[in-house]
Formats: sequence, C-alpha cells, structure tokens
Amino acid sequence: MKLSKTSKAFLINIGVTLAAIFASFVVGAFFILLVGVNPLTVYWKLFEGIILNPYGLAQTFFKATPLIMTGLGIALGFKANIFNIGAEGQMVIGGFVCAWLGFTFTGLPPFLLVPLCIFGAFLGGVLWAAVPAILKVKTGAHEVITTIMMNFIALALTNYLITYFFHLPETVHTQLTSPSAFLPRLDQYIAAFKGSPANVTLFLAVALCALFWWLIWKTPYGYETRAIGLNPSAAETGGINIKRNVLLTFLISGGLSGLAATNFIMGYKHYFEEGFSQGVGFMGIAVALVGQNNPFGIIFAALLFGALSHGTLVINALVPKDIIQILQALVIFFVISANLLIKKYIAKINEDRS
Amino acid sequence: MPDNDNFAIELTGVTKRFGSIYANKDASLKVKKGQIHALVGENGAGKSTLMKILYGMYRPDAGELKVNGKAVTLNSPKDAINLKIGMVHQHFMLVKTLTVAENVVLGEEPVHNGFSLDYSKAKEETKRLIEKFNLILDPDALVADLSVGEEQRLEILKILYRKADILILDEPTAVLTPQEIKYFFDIIRKLSAEGKTVVLITHKLKEVLAISSSVTVMRQGATVARVETAGATESSLAQLMVGRPVIFQVERTLRTKEELAKSGTTLSIRDLKAISAKGHLALNGLSLEIKKGEIFGIAGVEGNGQSELIEIITGLKRPISGTVTVLGKDIDFSGNTPRKMFDAGLAHIPEDRHKKGLVLDYSVAENLILGRHREPAFSTVTAIDFESVDAFSKKASGDYGIYPPRTDLRAGALSGGNQQKIVVARELSRGPKLLIVSQPTRGVDVGAIEFIHKKIIETRDQGCAVLLISAELSEILSLSDRIGVIYRGQIAGVFGAGEVGEEQLGLLMMGGKN
Repeated sequence: MKLSKTSKAFLINIGVTLAAIFASFVVGAFFILLVGVNPLTVYWKLFEGIILNPYGLAQTFFKATPLIMTGLGIALGFKANIFNIGAEGQMVIGGFVCAWLGFTFTGLPPFLLVPLCIFGAFLGGVLWAAVPAILKVKTGAHEVITTIMMNFIALALTNYLITYFFHLPETVHTQLTSPSAFLPRLDQYIAAFKGSPANVTLFLAVALCALFWWLIWKTPYGYETRAIGLNPSAAETGGINIKRNVLLTFLISGGLSGLAATNFIMGYKHYFEEGFSQGVGFMGIAVALVGQNNPFGIIFAALLFGALSHGTLVINALVPKDIIQILQALVIFFVISANLLIKKYIAKINEDRS
Repeated sequence: MPDNDNFAIELTGVTKRFGSIYANKDASLKVKKGQIHALVGENGAGKSTLMKILYGMYRPDAGELKVNGKAVTLNSPKDAINLKIGMVHQHFMLVKTLTVAENVVLGEEPVHNGFSLDYSKAKEETKRLIEKFNLILDPDALVADLSVGEEQRLEILKILYRKADILILDEPTAVLTPQEIKYFFDIIRKLSAEGKTVVLITHKLKEVLAISSSVTVMRQGATVARVETAGATESSLAQLMVGRPVIFQVERTLRTKEELAKSGTTLSIRDLKAISAKGHLALNGLSLEIKKGEIFGIAGVEGNGQSELIEIITGLKRPISGTVTVLGKDIDFSGNTPRKMFDAGLAHIPEDRHKKGLVLDYSVAENLILGRHREPAFSTVTAIDFESVDAFSKKASGDYGIYPPRTDLRAGALSGGNQQKIVVARELSRGPKLLIVSQPTRGVDVGAIEFIHKKIIETRDQGCAVLLISAELSEILSLSDRIGVIYRGQIAGVFGAGEVGEEQLGLLMMGGKN
C-alpha cells in the first residue's frame, strides 16, 4: 500500500483536524459549565441555529466570505514565508477605494461599475501592501512590524477621510454607492435565506480559491513561490529571483485581503463605515493556519469561524458571547497543535536513516 | 576466562523500524576491549541508527545490548554516559564564546562554595587530560578561535572528562586535512593504548585499513560481515558494502599540456577580491584559467575562499574588484543573477545539497527542474507542462540511476547518494559549457561516488570546462587535469595531474612553501 502514502497522510490530517475540533468543544464545555449552563443545551442550540436553520446557514456564508479572502491572502504570503499581518489594513483601504469608486462614478452602468469597484478593492489592498513589501525587499524591514503599523495608519487615515470629507451628516459612514455597484443577495434566488445579507461575493471567494490553487500548483510563479517558502537558499542558487517573487506575492496577498471588503461594501451596506472590517483581517490569520494554507482547507476553516461568529447571536440568551470567543481560541489552539504533532509524526517516519 | 569478558560492546539481533522501514534489521556489533573497531557502510546502511541505539538515543524494537558483558537497557544518553560510553557527533556541539576548559566541564562543573564555577580546578583537570592523551590544546583558548581539528580534540576531551571508556566517533575525519588526520590517528592509537575502546564510523576505507584492527560492514540495515582488518583490502570492503565490485579510479584520458595549450579558454578569472559574509577579505587577488574540456581541481582547507569563489562565479555574490570572463565575455555583476549565468552555459552542483541544491519537500521531479522550470520545454508563463516534466524526470531518473525510480517521491525521503544524483542529473543534463562542482561526493556512498565521477568525466569529454572543489584530496587527484591549491584567498600553486601527491598538497594547503 505504498502508493497511497500521500492520500493516507491526507486522511490522517483530516481525521486529526476533526478530532482537534471535537476536543476544543469538549474543553469548551467546561467553560460553559463554569457559567452554570448545560453545555449540551448550548451546543444543540448552536447546531440548530446554524446548520438546521437556513437563515443561520446563510449568515455563516456571509461571515465566511471575507474570511476566505483574507485567509487566502495570508496563506499566499505564508507560501513565500511572508507573514502578512496587515490584512486588516489592506481590507480597510480596499473597502474605502471600492466605496469611493462606487459613489463617485455613479453614471456608469453595472457591467462597468461592478468590475471597477471590485478592481478598486483589489488595488487598495495592493497599494497598502506595497509599502511593507517594498520595505521588506529593499531594506529587509520585517513585515510583521511594518504591516501592523500600516494597519493603524489605514484606520486613522480612513477615519480622517470619513470625518472631514465623506461622511453623511449625523452618521459615521459615507453616502451610498450607486445601485449599479450593488451585488445581488442570495435571498433573491433562495427564499429561505431571507433576511441574510449573504450575497454573490461568496462565489467570487470560491472562484479565488480555485485561482489560488491553480496559481500555486500549476504555474511557474507558484512553483517558484513554494520553492522560496521551503528553501530560499536552493531557490536562489537555482536562479529564482527571490526579491521579485516576494514583492509580487506580497502585493497579491494584499490585493486578496482588499477584495474581502467587497462582501460588506458591494453586497451588504453599500457604503464605507468606520470599523466595518470587524477584525476579519486578523481572523484571516487563524483561517489560513487552520486551513493549512490550502484553498479547500481555507473554505472549511472560514465556514467554521463564520459559523462560530454567527453562533454568538444564536446563544446570546444562554451564555455570554465570550464563550464563543473562547471556543474560537480553543479551535485555533487545538488544530494548530495537532497540525504540529502530525508534522512531527510524518517527519519521524521520514527521518534520515543514514 | 569466558570469551564474553573480552568484549566491551556486544549488540546482537538489533532491529529498529521507522514506520514500515527497517533502519536496522538483525544487526550485530562486537567490539573487543581496548580495540579500534571501524563501522562502515553506505549512507542509509543503518550505521548511525545503530550507534544512536548504543548511545541511548533510540530504543531498539528487538535485540540485545551488552556492555562489558552485562546486558543493559539504555533509555537515554545519560544511561550510556553512566556506562562510560561517549560519542563525538559529526557536527560539533560546542559553546563558541566559552574557553576550552569551560566547554570541557560544561554540565559537570567543579564548584566553589556550592555555586560559583571553580575555574582553576576545571583548568587543572583539563590540563591533566590534555597531557595524558597528548591532545595539544590551550585550556584558556576561546573555542571561537580554534581550528576544526582543535574543536574535534576538544570534543574528545569532553567525553574523556566524563570518564568514557568506550568512544564512538561519527565520521571524525570528514573535516580534517591529511596532516590533521595523521595527528588524529596518533591520538586514537594513544587512546587505545590507554585501554579505551574506540568505534569509528566512517566511509573512508583507506582510513579503516590504516587505523582499525577489526571492521563491521553494514548494508541495508543488516550486518553483512565482521572481518579482521589485517586480511581486508579496500576493494574487498567496498564490495561488501555495495554488494558488487567497485572501481576506485575512474578511467579517463588525461589532457596533455599541449592539448590544453591549444584548447580555448572557457573561464578566466583575474585579480578577484571579495569580502566574506563575516566581513573579512576572503579572496585576495585570485586568478585562474580553465580551458575547454579540462577539469581544474581546487584543493584547500575549508574557509580559504572556496565558497566565495563559487558564489561569485555562480552569480550569487559580487566581488569588490577583479574580472570573471566566461567564454570571452566579462561578467557584468551589476544586477547579475544566477539566472544570467545559467543562460550563459553554467551548471552548478553546490556543496551543500540540502541547503542549496534541493528543496527536500519537493518531489524528485520538481527538484529535477529547479532552476530550469522556466525553460520553454517545461513551461509557459502561465502553466508548467507537467507531462513534459514527468517525461523528462523519468528519463533523467533512469539515466542517472536514481533509486527508488519514483519521481513522485519527496526528495527528502531518498538517501544522500540518490539526492546528490538528482542534483547531478539536473545540472549535467543542461548540456553545460562550464560546470562548477563543489564537494560532489560528500556524504555519498561508494557506489554513487563512482557513478558521479564517471558523469563528471563524461561531461568534460564533451568539451565542458569543469571547476572542481573538494575537501577529499583523493577526489581532486583522481579527477583533475590540473590542480590549484587555494590558500588565504589566492592560488598558491598550480600543478599538472601526476606532478603532485597528497602529502605535498597537504603542506601547501596549510600555507607551507612548495
């Protein structure tokens, strides 16, 4: 059965990940007990409110959509050993550019304005990633520091722009974009989703996963990126232009995070609002880690975290919402520890036998 | 007296599995007290695993372990140390910022008043051991200032301080010059004369014959023979190791001086100066010339500018002055990348395949196109042509005898020799005009060495100029048409093949005058 070694590793991986998630719910049960509630009641409520309820399902999709995109952006960075913590800021700038285009070029028909706004979101993310990317390549400045700083700048800058130039009176958001930049909601097609802002951006996110997969596994660019991530010395010796690749990867990573804004701006509220990103850029790090930088794993992880995020509302009446945050933290903790254990186990099998 | 009492170590029927793979299968090892015993075998034959079992780092799945005639179970190196077993690993484990004496006592320090280090006592004890075993070291010297040979003596000193009677030495001569090896052997003999038992793991058969009194040969995890050194020859041992007869001197026709004089120049280096990563002058006006169709070997102690020379020729580093001319064209180092060099006809077999030659987590096939993945045969801008990569890698794998012949395996899962064959296959199938080879057979087994040497000669015969850098003088001597000695960033002398022997090269390598 030597042939099935990779598929065996794949199955072990999935099995252990599911077991880790199960373990996090078991440990989470203790915390629920601590607040004096029966954990089974809470878990049943979660199951009922998220999986059995179409609205809950739609909400999960809605919450998962931007997580998929920031998750992909961060995962792409990880492939080339770039730790892009700036997804939040890139998403905020992407969102601002997206909304600005939407309420500025109001005369454009949907078939022009929709792609323009989507491209604007991407470009905003690229621009915001460009600063740390160039600093990293030119001076070696570590992106963990620079991207965190860029997050603060993004928040402050958009706050300033909104407050002084773009806000509607009495509000903290901009005016609405042209309806030509609206993306259709899913409840237009599926009646049971009624009330949920889940929208077609979900399909954009899934398409990006497919694109990510193709880029990484099928193109020379992806081949070089993976080589850099696994062994930069060998990549350099082989004539791969590391700086150029890292720059490009960083920019695309930022662009993907920028795109995450379209879910809110084009599919939900149709305006830019302070704090709309709600930490999706940071949660994307967890999504990328739990999804193991694999596009399909990322969809799974985004759905999981999306479901938990919606779950906050579902069990609001039973337990404090912090319980959900504890559960999220436990999932991250258990899944990532389990992944390390799997890696160690596989490494042990492959250990040099010289 | 029962026969058992004579053995310091007896391992019998040792089996150790990793997953479904046997690292040791019914292996045995018997070493008499006070003897020097060599343990030889190809890479992946299970030598290191067996020694790690003896040192308590691994627990065997089956088998018996006796030390000084008593059955023992070792759960950790600590148990082994308590049984007076000591091991010097291939990679030294020293604290560079401490002195020799401090390193010796580290972990078992003599103390004043219960907490502060009693340095004078540490020094005294260190001095006593140095004198007893004639190790020639200054107890007060900083480890950072020691040569590789001195570092090794310090490692031995460390285990002697822990009162080891059984010393396991893993590939001890890999890093030494011929002169240092000679001196090292004197120490080993001295240890043996003092009643210490020494197990020497090595793949250098000449040294086995020179120093050991008995030999255990391993192949594919099992012990295939235990012989007395007196009755063995290099080829008899090699045959036991590989399982078939092995040729040591690859057949070749030497280039005569007249031939070379007529031949065109492929690589010409003038007055090259370069700064090392640590900031000192690594190349100090180095010049050399390599003709079309010749192998130019560079002999030298590591750290005399070899790495910098290679980095410059392969485009990884910029010189501070001097010129490098390849096929009549001066290399422009501004914005130079290895890519440009490869396009100009270069092929490069780097010294450290794990660090620079391979991506171990890539498949064999992916590694076979590393650096060549942009060639039109393998890809367009938008997609890699996996069918042609597959066809190419299967052919290369067959041509170069990469085992197992499965190009979808992770490169890291292959043995050292086969990993090296991946690098060799990739680089030589470029059809290079200039080949830079560094340590092509380091950590590679006898069978693969023979094959790699043949391939290098074949490449030369096709008109390629070859620059060969190796710490193995025998390799330099058996392959090169001309030999240059590098010392402190300069070529200290150039000789034709056959004009010079190991002894003389060794002297020049140490900075001696010709």
